Amino acid sequence: MRPVLLVAGALTALFFLSLALGAGRLGTGSDAVWLLAVSRLPRTAAAMLAGAGLAVAGVIMQMLARNRFVEPATVGTGQAAGLGLVAVALLAPGAPLWFRMLVAMASALLATAGFLALVRRLPFRDPLLVPLTGIVYGGILAAVTGFIAYENDLLQYIDIWMNGEFSGVMLGRYEFLWLAGAATLVAYAFANRFTIAGMGEEMSLSLGLSYGQVMALGLAIVSVVTAVTVVTVGMLPFVGLVVPNIASQLRGDHLRRSLPLLASAGAGLVLTCDILGRIIWYPYEIPVGTILGVIGAAVFIWMLQGRRADAG
Amino acid sequence: MIRCQNLTFSAGGKRILDAVTADAPPGRITALVGPNGAGKSTLLGLMGRLKEPERGQVMLGAEDAAGIPRPIFARRLTALRQATRITPRLTVCDLVGFGRYPHNPGHLTKEDQRIVEACMTDMALDDLADRQIDTLSGGQQQRALIAMVLAQETEILLLDEPLNNLDLSHARRVMNNLSARSRAGRTIVTVLHDLTIAARFADHVVALKDGRVHAEGSPDEVFTPEVLRELYGAEVEVHRINGKPVILPI
Ligand SMILES: Nc1ncnc2c1ncn2[C@@H]1O[C@H](COP(=O)(O)OP(=O)(O)OP(=O)(O)O)[C@@H](O)[C@H]1O
Ligand SMILES: [Mg+2]
Repeated sequence: MRPVLLVAGALTALFFLSLALGAGRLGTGSDAVWLLAVSRLPRTAAAMLAGAGLAVAGVIMQMLARNRFVEPATVGTGQAAGLGLVAVALLAPGAPLWFRMLVAMASALLATAGFLALVRRLPFRDPLLVPLTGIVYGGILAAVTGFIAYENDLLQYIDIWMNGEFSGVMLGRYEFLWLAGAATLVAYAFANRFTIAGMGEEMSLSLGLSYGQVMALGLAIVSVVTAVTVVTVGMLPFVGLVVPNIASQLRGDHLRRSLPLLASAGAGLVLTCDILGRIIWYPYEIPVGTILGVIGAAVFIWMLQGRRADAG
Repeated sequence: MIRCQNLTFSAGGKRILDAVTADAPPGRITALVGPNGAGKSTLLGLMGRLKEPERGQVMLGAEDAAGIPRPIFARRLTALRQATRITPRLTVCDLVGFGRYPHNPGHLTKEDQRIVEACMTDMALDDLADRQIDTLSGGQQQRALIAMVLAQETEILLLDEPLNNLDLSHARRVMNNLSARSRAGRTIVTVLHDLTIAARFADHVVALKDGRVHAEGSPDEVFTPEVLRELYGAEVEVHRINGKPVILPI
């Protein structure tokens, strides 16, 4: 069967499974409808939107950095969104959600632009040097955030978005995630440009594309997706890394063609991990970030085996 | 017609091109020759607007190339670079298809598809159409890149060492194809290291050395033992077969 159909089928099954699962029993009648509408549907939608968005953000990041081993969660985008949130908490404690979101997006964008500028200046292009630079860069941002939070008694606050989870998702508290969904659609509309950008600056110019504009658009998509995810549910590691790499093996990197698969696979992965988190230790929950960390790291290490050659 | 006027370019604190003025006549093949590091690739990059000159202009006919909006420029001029690394995993067919992007950024039309297929056939890629680029040999990749550039169907083609990695028969195929396109009115500028091939196929030769034009003219004028001795610092014999110079190193 075609991978897209397979993933779509699996996604539908997961969707209904996620609706059926929860600490409370789903009864019948208006209570059940209320529970679905207020909690389960939003939670399921949140997981799918975040997953699709992060997978797409990951592949765009990889095209812009021209390296398969980078993703927003490891190269400083997510960490910078956190830093922005801490800054708002300190400087404008009562700021409304949309303002926090904007600051998180802006700081994510700045940090990602900084990372890409850094990568362009790397003296040689060892494919593994790029993600390593990103990890160090993201680590520094995280350390600065942690230090500021520690000094100001905000550690608990940053804990919330350092490890993503969906248990707090309710109607009225996750809607910003639809922005991640919108960003995914924008990415699809401009898919050819990102594929061309992945072939490098000279190829883009030769084909009449303004490389700067594609970069800017890509940065905006990556930052919006990352910031809304971090602010509403927290960091979800590895989605942006593992999903694009597997999709690339199956479908190649013609994004116009691979994005639907990529987005559905991202949605499916996050939803699966959220469902696992709800059943493994029932009736308690394991945060989806933790599960993704374990599964993602395992898949990533497996991917690295023997893949070093086509990393660049 | 493409004309370089006074092109000057520096990088890494070094002057790489110094007031280069040269012409590529319309509907002809111009060979750009010269030793390694002479500035050939740099000059081609400036002509294709992949780099900004420090001083000087590139003229397409009477128009300043710098004034043409990029999307329109890409329909008129294409450039094959010397070492292109294609990072995304694409099939040959997809890569060549991206050559149509300047004309049609969306889905390929029937006409686009026809051009893509014709260009793949020109480069003998039919059997490789569905292969991933990264699984191809060096020469096969080079042919795929050439096919992509051809698919752009521009009036001007700039090619940096198109014969890299190609065997005799594919090199001949490429040169004959370029000849046919020049006869159809396209202007072609190509960097070539094989002077005998340059002499055989080019109508006009520009020889660069140390960032300056060392000689410019017909193959007969440029490919003489004296000019080549100064250009390369090497002794060569120039023979004539069927009226064309054949250059042999001694
Ligand atoms: N970014 C750069 N920084 C410093 N020097 C550069 C840069 N790009 C090119 N050069 C130098 O400019 C000179 C011309 O380079 P160019 O690539 O144009 O040569 P070329 O004639 O194409 O040589 P080849 O036949 O080897 O391809 C070389 O000496 C090269 O080292
Ligand atoms: Mg060169």
